[in-house]
Amino acid sequence: MSEPLHFVEIRHAQKSFGAVEVLKDISLNVERGQIVGIIGSSGSGKSTLLRAINDLDPLTGGEIWLDGVQVNKALPHRQYEKHINAMRQQVGMVFQHFNLFPHMTARENVTMAPKLLKGLSQSDADKLAEEQLDKVGMLERIDYYPSQLSGGQKQRVAIARALAMKPKMMLFDEATSALDPELVEEVNLVMKKLAEEHMTMIIVTHEMDFAASVCDRVLFMDKGIVVEEGPPEILFKNPSKERTREFLRKHIEGAK
Amino acid sequence: MGLDFTIIPKYMDIILLGVAWTIGITVSAALLSFIGGILFAVIALYAPWIIRQPFRLVEGVFMGTPLLLQLFLIYFGLVQIGIDLPAFVAGIIGLGLHFAVYNSELIQTAILAVDKGQMEAARTLGLSRSQALRKVVIPQAIRDVIPPIGNNMIALLKDSALVSVIGVSELTLSAQRVIGKTYRPFEFYILAAALYYIINLGMEWVQRRIERRISVSR
Repeated sequence: MSEPLHFVEIRHAQKSFGAVEVLKDISLNVERGQIVGIIGSSGSGKSTLLRAINDLDPLTGGEIWLDGVQVNKALPHRQYEKHINAMRQQVGMVFQHFNLFPHMTARENVTMAPKLLKGLSQSDADKLAEEQLDKVGMLERIDYYPSQLSGGQKQRVAIARALAMKPKMMLFDEATSALDPELVEEVNLVMKKLAEEHMTMIIVTHEMDFAASVCDRVLFMDKGIVVEEGPPEILFKNPSKERTREFLRKHIEGAK
Repeated sequence: MGLDFTIIPKYMDIILLGVAWTIGITVSAALLSFIGGILFAVIALYAPWIIRQPFRLVEGVFMGTPLLLQLFLIYFGLVQIGIDLPAFVAGIIGLGLHFAVYNSELIQTAILAVDKGQMEAARTLGLSRSQALRKVVIPQAIRDVIPPIGNNMIALLKDSALVSVIGVSELTLSAQRVIGKTYRPFEFYILAAALYYIINLGMEWVQRRIERRISVSR
């Protein structure tokens, strides 16, 4: 296979669960600093594609490349574990249900991995926690447990936790879908701030307005394929495919 | 011959020494059963098949045979193969392992019940599976399992009376010895029962404090 030309390359991604094919030969390139949105109804394969990028849901066919290195390369089990752990340190991920560690404070959530994996001292880790939690506006709650935080606050801490590993890119898997409507904006603001800093991001979302406002490119997925992709002003205003139009009609009417 | 509780103070020193032994053995065996329970749970869930299957069989045998027999085996049986343990050590090991198996069952269930998003979140940060288990999954499983483990520890306290049969002068055997001298079984068995109950209350108090401390972190 040829050397990768792009920051992220997904080549012919294919994934089946038994007889069900959830990803059908998807190829996608993302440049450094780009922000790509993925929209589509549930079951379209958008989360599966996102989770394949850091091998959380391994592909059954195809390749994922990040910054010149193949993520899902064929290696003996032990070597693969080492390789994938190193790759995952470079890819931050934010989940729909936050998945904060409930037995740790916000500070500990943020510092656990850097201390364990990068050998940060306690004082350096504290500095890192303050810096990252300040960035998401959660410095005042640094010693709170997740159970003492609102959904939006939890998600902001989860973003800080991912950023603390200094990842090369961030994956967002419906980061605001589990939030009460009034808490969505505070999380969106943090994501916008990351966008301004040119963090490379792939964002799976149900929020068309948000996707339109931050993404450089938007993909519409349906039944395991990318139906259409393009800049948001074209994809949302003037889609070329009937399936895209139908989806947008439902979603935008549904929102009203 | 009526009841006469005024005889108790005269023998209180022997009884209190028995109390000290009971507490010492219970606490040591409880610690062993706790640490052993975590270890056994990890083996039962994650060790390679070749280790896991025989291990589960041994666990089954431990749960399915009398603790008294296990104590005899550890104290009297091991001597034959050259392992001559002091009685209290044999007692701690017997009680500790027996309850480790029960704790392991609880901890296994709790590990499997931890939301799988926790493991995923840890893995996406770059932790290996064993690091994720150690830092994220097992601490939560243990936190969830503190109340039922507390119940096991109270059962352990009560079963610690069994080590009297291998000659450890804990509370039950101390009471029996005093009864041998005084022929006052009612008074001293009642006293021993009351003291077990008080130790029990103490353990419940400790358990409640632990539960309160961890309640915020869930």
